[in-house]
Amino acid sequence: MFLIPDPVGRFFHRMASPPHFYAFTERLMPWLVSLFVLLTVAGLYGGLYLAPADYQQGDSYRIIYIHVPSAWMSLFIYVVMAIAGAIGLVWRIKLAEIVAISSAPVGASFTFIALVTGSLWGKPMWGTWWVWDARLTSELILLFLYLGVIGLYGAIDDKRTASRAVAILALVGVVNIPVIHYSVEWWNTLHQGPTVTKMDKPSIHVSMLIPLLLMALSFKFYYLIALLQRTRTELLLRERNAQWVKTMILGSKQ
Amino acid sequence: MPMLEGIGLSCIRDDRLLFEELTFKLVSGQILLLEGKNGSGKTSLLRILCGFREPDAGEIRWCGDAVNDSQFLAQMAYVGHLDGVKRELTVLENLKIALALGNTGHYSIDEALSKVHLAGYDDVLVQALSAGQKRRLSLARLLITSNVLWILDEPFTSLDKQGIALIEALMTEHCANGGMIVLTSHHEIELHDVDVQRINLS
Amino acid sequence: MSLSHAFFAIIRRDLVLALRRRSEIANPLLFFVLVITLFPLGIGAQPHLLQAIAPGIIWVSALLAAMLSLDSLFRSDFDDGSLEQILLSPQPTTVLVLGKIIAHWLVTGLPLLIVAPLLAVFLGMPSHSLGILLLTLLLGTPVLSLIGAIGVALTVGLRRGGMILSLLVLPLYVPVLIFAGNAVQMASAGLPVDAQINILTSILFMSLVLVPLPVAAALKMSIN
Repeated sequence: MFLIPDPVGRFFHRMASPPHFYAFTERLMPWLVSLFVLLTVAGLYGGLYLAPADYQQGDSYRIIYIHVPSAWMSLFIYVVMAIAGAIGLVWRIKLAEIVAISSAPVGASFTFIALVTGSLWGKPMWGTWWVWDARLTSELILLFLYLGVIGLYGAIDDKRTASRAVAILALVGVVNIPVIHYSVEWWNTLHQGPTVTKMDKPSIHVSMLIPLLLMALSFKFYYLIALLQRTRTELLLRERNAQWVKTMILGSKQ
Repeated sequence: MPMLEGIGLSCIRDDRLLFEELTFKLVSGQILLLEGKNGSGKTSLLRILCGFREPDAGEIRWCGDAVNDSQFLAQMAYVGHLDGVKRELTVLENLKIALALGNTGHYSIDEALSKVHLAGYDDVLVQALSAGQKRRLSLARLLITSNVLWILDEPFTSLDKQGIALIEALMTEHCANGGMIVLTSHHEIELHDVDVQRINLS
Repeated sequence: MSLSHAFFAIIRRDLVLALRRRSEIANPLLFFVLVITLFPLGIGAQPHLLQAIAPGIIWVSALLAAMLSLDSLFRSDFDDGSLEQILLSPQPTTVLVLGKIIAHWLVTGLPLLIVAPLLAVFLGMPSHSLGILLLTLLLGTPVLSLIGAIGVALTVGLRRGGMILSLLVLPLYVPVLIFAGNAVQMASAGLPVDAQINILTSILFMSLVLVPLPVAAALKMSIN
């Protein structure tokens, strides 16, 4: 606690103060929502209308505009959750604890969407709803990891204790995910290689790529909105006895 | 000189404020007696001192510094609601484990056992002991390991008159040797020549 | 007293306790044998079929047996207050906890190795793959105890932690299942399995080093 450089400490301290955070995010919210709507409309328009049909998969490939960003988000959110959990554990910042647990249901939803859309995509491609393909399997295990986090949080009555449990579990999970991912990949090397991240020679046409990146960005904003909304609610719930909550609620009634 | 301080401590449990802005200072030879109704936060305060719980505000200091685990733990001993002895092990085995986990103290195992009137029980399984004997066994732990601070949660539970007098004598002796004790108790304790501070949490 | 003295005292204590409670050793072992016996009854006793799925069956059963035995790792210490005393020891909790996990493995993991040859015969596994099966069990079951310890440490304070424990622990068991199961399968087919064994070995050493940290943190959390 005494090792952090001062400006960093001050920033954390300011953002970690619940009333400040609550007021700040309230002003931020309309901007986030507008950006999200804009990006989603642009991304869907580009992806579903402007982008050409794939010469092999026809129009069915267009589900990647949901599937791929969801899959990216599922992993991204787990990492955010672990980082927030670690911050909460080390510096005992309540807000970080709340961010960690508020991320879990959003991450689980994205994982679920990635699984469902992957299976929908698989039907025309492989002729069956479910294939034990490496990435779908990893995604399924990731869903279990998320459910474990949510289940553990729910099972522990004292929410501060529960937050610490979640942080420890998320950190263990984040160390394990690469191992799990590698082992599943190794177990099954059936799927086509990653198509988008090959930077030297993109194997996806630019008119398909741009909407995909737009959608990825829009999903990031959606996560941010959902996360902030959940965090604010949880914050009110946990701080219900604090003076600032009382003042705010009574103030808005008058 | 050993010194235990609590500064501005507060504890909230299940939405209920148990205590706040609690400040105390304990030095060698003193006893801190926590009083209060059931549920007033006595045990919670002891567990905060042990580091099992975090205070919702405030700080514990040991010898003037914020508690540093291994250094603090080497100088304290705790006897809680639970005896912390294994039923399937003998009296001797239990004490040997306690000794292995801590640092060698003032008394040998044999001396400690006779001090708590359990001499000759070495090879008896703990499950064969009565509740009062078990209690005395867990208090024998305090004697065989080296420590300055005793944290005792209701040490007189299930002890008879003789047992209570015994523990009171041990506590007096510990304080006379420069030790300090934080305890909770329903019983009125009778200690002579010991500086007893009282905090009422209700 | 020295750290190594405390470490070995904890191991000795838990071994003595297990010997005095015997069912702790016997139950997971019986479960392991029983589950494997159920498979031929459930899917038919065609030798080819059994032979093909034997590695998977043995490893899935080992996983379940390990999980079933986890609860005994910290439960009684939590219930009788010994865990508080362990956490209050000036010795580092991580080392003491590692001692407990090792003792737990000796009591619940090692016996699986002893009955495994018998079960391999039940399922008609080729005899040349037996060595690899034992080697994977030797390397893999300690990992199950180690990773499982994180799960129990997180749930030991809960009255009904059983269901949630499997949800926490089983996904983390996947890599061990994959590499160990695959090694045995390859060995049965007469193929080299160096890669799998190397990976399992590194997973074991990584877990030995890393696991005590979250376990100690989780126990501190659970005791509050």
